[in-house]
Amino acid sequence: MNDQHKAHASIELIRRYARADAIAGEVLWSLESHLESCPSCRARLAKEVPGQAPPTAALVDRTWEALAPSLTTGPPVPRRGRLARLAGWTSPVMLPWVVGAALVAVLAVAVDSFFAVPGGRPLVLLLAPVVPVLGIAAVWTKSLDPAYELVAATPRAGLYLLLRRTVAVLAVVMPVLVVAGLTIGTSSVVWLLPCLACTAVTLALGSVIRLERAAVVVVTLWSLGVLAPGLLTSQLPVAVAPVAVPVWGAVFAVAAAVLILRARSFARV
Amino acid sequence: MARVVGAAETAPANHAWEIRAEGLRVAAGRRMAVDGIDLAFGTGVHGLLGPNGAGKTTLMRALATVLRPAGGGLELLGESVRGRVDLRRIRRQIGYLPQDFGFYRRFTVREFVEYMAWLKEVPKSGIADAVQHAIEKVGLADRADDRMKTLSGGMARRAGIAQAIVNGPRVLLLDEPTAGLDPSQRMQFRQLLRGLSEDTCTVVSTHLVEDVATVCTDVALVDEGRLVFQGRAADLAAAGSGTDSGDSPSERGYSALLARHHASGEGAR
Repeated sequence: MNDQHKAHASIELIRRYARADAIAGEVLWSLESHLESCPSCRARLAKEVPGQAPPTAALVDRTWEALAPSLTTGPPVPRRGRLARLAGWTSPVMLPWVVGAALVAVLAVAVDSFFAVPGGRPLVLLLAPVVPVLGIAAVWTKSLDPAYELVAATPRAGLYLLLRRTVAVLAVVMPVLVVAGLTIGTSSVVWLLPCLACTAVTLALGSVIRLERAAVVVVTLWSLGVLAPGLLTSQLPVAVAPVAVPVWGAVFAVAAAVLILRARSFARV
Repeated sequence: MARVVGAAETAPANHAWEIRAEGLRVAAGRRMAVDGIDLAFGTGVHGLLGPNGAGKTTLMRALATVLRPAGGGLELLGESVRGRVDLRRIRRQIGYLPQDFGFYRRFTVREFVEYMAWLKEVPKSGIADAVQHAIEKVGLADRADDRMKTLSGGMARRAGIAQAIVNGPRVLLLDEPTAGLDPSQRMQFRQLLRGLSEDTCTVVSTHLVEDVATVCTDVALVDEGRLVFQGRAADLAAAGSGTDSGDSPSERGYSALLARHHASGEGAR
């Protein structure tokens, strides 16, 4: 817009302004508003001031001198804090839970490698699908989070924040699980899809009951339906067998659909 | 330095009241803590007064869009917040300090306010400035880089007010902001309240009559989930007579109105 000024101020007007001569109110007003937005007229004014008004020029010089020390150092530029940036993905209260979830996976690998039974079911495979759920339990939990009420009233609260935090949990837990999966040599798909399905079911159920309760329900069901039979019998549970993969895909799709339909329920306490 | 004025700021308001409730009912657990309240708050500082358990906090949480109203109408900035509405747009314009507000103790004051600014969708480029401005406004500039856990109770509450005003809200809700403050801190708080923007609709809930008598432009008195009185602070004082209990005209008016409300409640039964 600066270049579209139809008329720049005349040099005569600028000189009168520099000398602080009487200028009609409306002319003065339009000149000053023009100067504010026009660098070239400001430059012309700056050139005229020393000749036309030495006292003003002296005042400007003195002001510069006084300001110069603070201008070279500059004001401290406030930069965004490390914790505040991190909090966009994970609340501080989640950290112990996510670390705990990752530890469960590491322990499972340890158990598998030290107490391996020939032909036995790898513990990692039986546990992997519910490991992220342990972290999800702390994603949006009133009893754990001191700032719950504050956060709940903000625009970003709700499904958006929930998914961001879920991504953070998965980003930490998944690499651990992938490495753990490599040690037992089974295809990752066998546990990856149930893993995503359990996560999605927890979130979807969390839109109806509280999220931490939903996590308890999912972990309990998994323990009774898959973990216990897997440990007690000699057979690999169907749930983590390759045949179950399409079923888990369908469960994931349904849970994701429910989650999207019920997205608004997370916006309120 | 010219400030950029957004279109939203200059747009004419299409609502007469920032906050308007009609027959508002809000449940707290199984109890109907707010039971049919009619209210209209425009710009200015409004005192929400009432004994403990009168339903003030429940009402404030409903105004903050944290609780879903069970019945009646509630409009914030001219938009109804009942039913399937997009709360994000309304929440961007709300500042809220809950009664027992919690925070992450390891955050510095700046990180805490920054995190809240991010949650309130303050544009990324403006966060650093908005945070600095809010912290200066509550007088915590010299403690900005100290951790929250090192602050005294009064300072933590000021940090809470800084996060409430960081998004330049048009509706500012402060729930019992003077609870736990000593007399000189309460005086400081009133000073701070006077300095907050004049074109905001500020609601201060309190059970201390003296808090509202001095700073509030008008007063709403609630008891047992119902509105007992709404009017100017002077009208509150005028409602009392020498025979009512209390140490100041406002306190006498307060107890007179409550006694009258109790009497009419008994009579109706």
